[in-house]
Amino acid sequence: MCGWGALGHANFALGSEAVMVALKELPTRELFGPGHRMCTGCGPAATARITMKALERPAIIVNATGCLEVASTIYPDTAWKLPWVHTLFENTAAVASGIEASLRAQGRADAMDVIAFGGDGGTFDIGIQALSGALERKHDFTYICYDNEAYMNTGIQRSGATPHGAATTTTPAGSKIPGKMGSKKDLIGICVAHGIEYAATASVAFWNDYINKVRRATALKGPAVLHVLAPCPLGWRFGTSETIKLAKLAVQTRYFPLYEVENGKYRLSMKVPKPAPLEEFLKPQGRFRHLFAPEFAKDLEELKKETESNWNRIAQLCGEPTVQTQPASN
Amino acid sequence: MGAEESKPGWTSLPIGAVLVTPGSAERNKTGTWRLKRPVLDAKKCTNCLLCWIYCPEPAIMRGTKTIEFSYDYCKGCGICATECPTKAISMTEET
Amino acid sequence: MARVISQKIVGMNGNEAVAFAAKQARVDVVAAYPITPQTIMVERFSDYVANGEVDTQFICVESEHSALSACVGSSLAGSRVFTATSSQGLALMHEVLYLASGLRTPIVMAVANRALSAPINIHNDHSDMMGSRDCGWIQIYAENAQEAYDWTLQAFKIAEDHDVLLPMTVNLDGFTISHAMEGVTVLEDGEVSKLLGKRQPKYGLDPDNPMTFGALTLPDYYSEFKRQQVDAMDKAPPVIEAVADEFKKVSGRQYSDVSCFNVEDAEAVVICMGSIAGTARTVAARLRKQGKRVGVMKVWQYRPFPTRRIAELLSKVKCVGVIDRAVSFGAPYGALCSDIASTKVQTGIQTKVFNVICGLGGRDVKPADIEQVFEKALRCAGGEPLDMPTSLLGVRQ
Repeated sequence: MCGWGALGHANFALGSEAVMVALKELPTRELFGPGHRMCTGCGPAATARITMKALERPAIIVNATGCLEVASTIYPDTAWKLPWVHTLFENTAAVASGIEASLRAQGRADAMDVIAFGGDGGTFDIGIQALSGALERKHDFTYICYDNEAYMNTGIQRSGATPHGAATTTTPAGSKIPGKMGSKKDLIGICVAHGIEYAATASVAFWNDYINKVRRATALKGPAVLHVLAPCPLGWRFGTSETIKLAKLAVQTRYFPLYEVENGKYRLSMKVPKPAPLEEFLKPQGRFRHLFAPEFAKDLEELKKETESNWNRIAQLCGEPTVQTQPASN
Repeated sequence: MGAEESKPGWTSLPIGAVLVTPGSAERNKTGTWRLKRPVLDAKKCTNCLLCWIYCPEPAIMRGTKTIEFSYDYCKGCGICATECPTKAISMTEET
Repeated sequence: MARVISQKIVGMNGNEAVAFAAKQARVDVVAAYPITPQTIMVERFSDYVANGEVDTQFICVESEHSALSACVGSSLAGSRVFTATSSQGLALMHEVLYLASGLRTPIVMAVANRALSAPINIHNDHSDMMGSRDCGWIQIYAENAQEAYDWTLQAFKIAEDHDVLLPMTVNLDGFTISHAMEGVTVLEDGEVSKLLGKRQPKYGLDPDNPMTFGALTLPDYYSEFKRQQVDAMDKAPPVIEAVADEFKKVSGRQYSDVSCFNVEDAEAVVICMGSIAGTARTVAARLRKQGKRVGVMKVWQYRPFPTRRIAELLSKVKCVGVIDRAVSFGAPYGALCSDIASTKVQTGIQTKVFNVICGLGGRDVKPADIEQVFEKALRCAGGEPLDMPTSLLGVRQ
């Protein structure tokens, strides 16, 4: 059986418009790469490439400053074969708004898609204002946040998307403070609060789910936000061949739930009835290694508790059963 | 510096650093990066294309019966070997 | 046979005049955020949009940084774009100013000049634009609502010229010009359309011709693109002149890089920008009646700075008092005087130069204050040594 994800489709519940995509039917043309200088085994690079495969109409790409932008466009080289613009770090959604308005002024807005790419840095933190404004004004564009859970391009500093306990250069695993204290922002929740029609999470490992979501997001009139988990071998400290495996484990351990929100209604994309233990996701990553030292056992438990309560929160919103395995917080 | 002198000057470059040739990065043969190279056991390849969709470069092309590697660009990450459901790809030391 | 051009006089303040010009220029996109004293520009344009008087896509952005960012996006996608701001808004979009000029987007922006915080002050001085004077935009200073209207129209044609392709600001003094009602002579819509035509972008975001904008340049390339911007600034003055000549044909009003009042035979000249020039001319006219040989040089075109022309005009002038409307903290002169002093160094003219900084935060500059500047200039022209090269005028001890 070719071209299907590792879990088997019994657990795979997509939205009503979801389609089984046959890999052979995807276009062979490569609108992104090769020759770019993303790291070996880069999750965001794979994400960008799969996004290009999903496109059904001509598109204009707006890219925030960050790994994807810098490593794909070092003058005089560009890895992109469609119109592409990078300006600054925090204004991607504003630039996308301007492009979209221009296309409407030219009467060409229906003929093409405006797609914004931003990392978790350029989206969760410095870019949140511009994103909020663009969503509130309901511009017709798709914002894709490729989330490698830190400011990777500047050397692995923590972001609002960095999970509790992760070691970064600004939240190092020290003898006193074991990594980042504080949790991951709920980006989809923030976006949904703007009353937009569609927002969804995705993982680069589940390409079929992601392609469907890209198509859903780009086809609708109005803003849509996709939050894609895209592991970083260098920043998460794992071997370059494990990128997709970890992107799968993130979902299979319920660490990163896959779901969609359509007009405020939550729907789980993958049910994960028998989650793998969180340790399976954490252990291969150097950024969590310190959590396995006995003095930080409490912090590991905290991360497990948070993972479960986050899953339960999403499950409840999706009308799915919740499970309590972790002891309740004090 | 000799290398700098041979690059184009301001009078001949398109203004604003705009790049008018799409995909000009293809001149970068990133295959020189790799320490290991993927080798395909064609008998085991079912042409499922999972390696093709996951390759970040891309350095895998769809052939008629099996996939083919583009060694000009393959950085040797090994994702293809890890994800291949029939273990048709093995990573060997680059010579 | 001379063409009959009909114009009419409309009572408008500076903000309304600029908004009207943007309307007549048929801009495709406006993205703007309100800030006193620019607000009326944005509100008037909103009226045009709401009443269907323009086809413009109007984006009510959530900050000035996003305003100019959206303008850059629209401009790269091929649209004629306009925005406006003041003071803190201009400061907030500071990095986007450099982005716009680096990406060679011919955006036109009106700045209703207002003092920068702290302390917060909503009134007029030039500290906002002076804080960004190196951003690579063409910068014009208008003296009144008429000039603000005229320059805004010309700005689109200048900026969009393929030899230039630089963004451009039209500065108008906050409240003094922005909120003061004048009888502004305006062209007919058809004349403006004929003058400006449609924007013809050189490069753009277009799926039929995919290009990459905003690539990273390493040390081996960055300098060449900055050199291109220098070249564009060098090519701007003849374009500004050519557009001014075309504009003269349809309006009867002649613009240039500087405007002189009795400078040819003056021995003492006040150099200034913006609305204060009006006060300076009134004082100069009065002093002339007393037999004093004084003149006023009003600089319209601040960037690119008309070094050669100013040197020619000042060649026989013995002393200039340069009025700056902003402090350049820690520097020997304010911004405008610094450029005049540099002109002197570069061209070798012998004119004595001193700087008077006044009118900060909207502090009224009265004719008597300007008269002091002229008197000092005349004394220096007469041989008295310059005691204070830079001074603040009208500040309580």
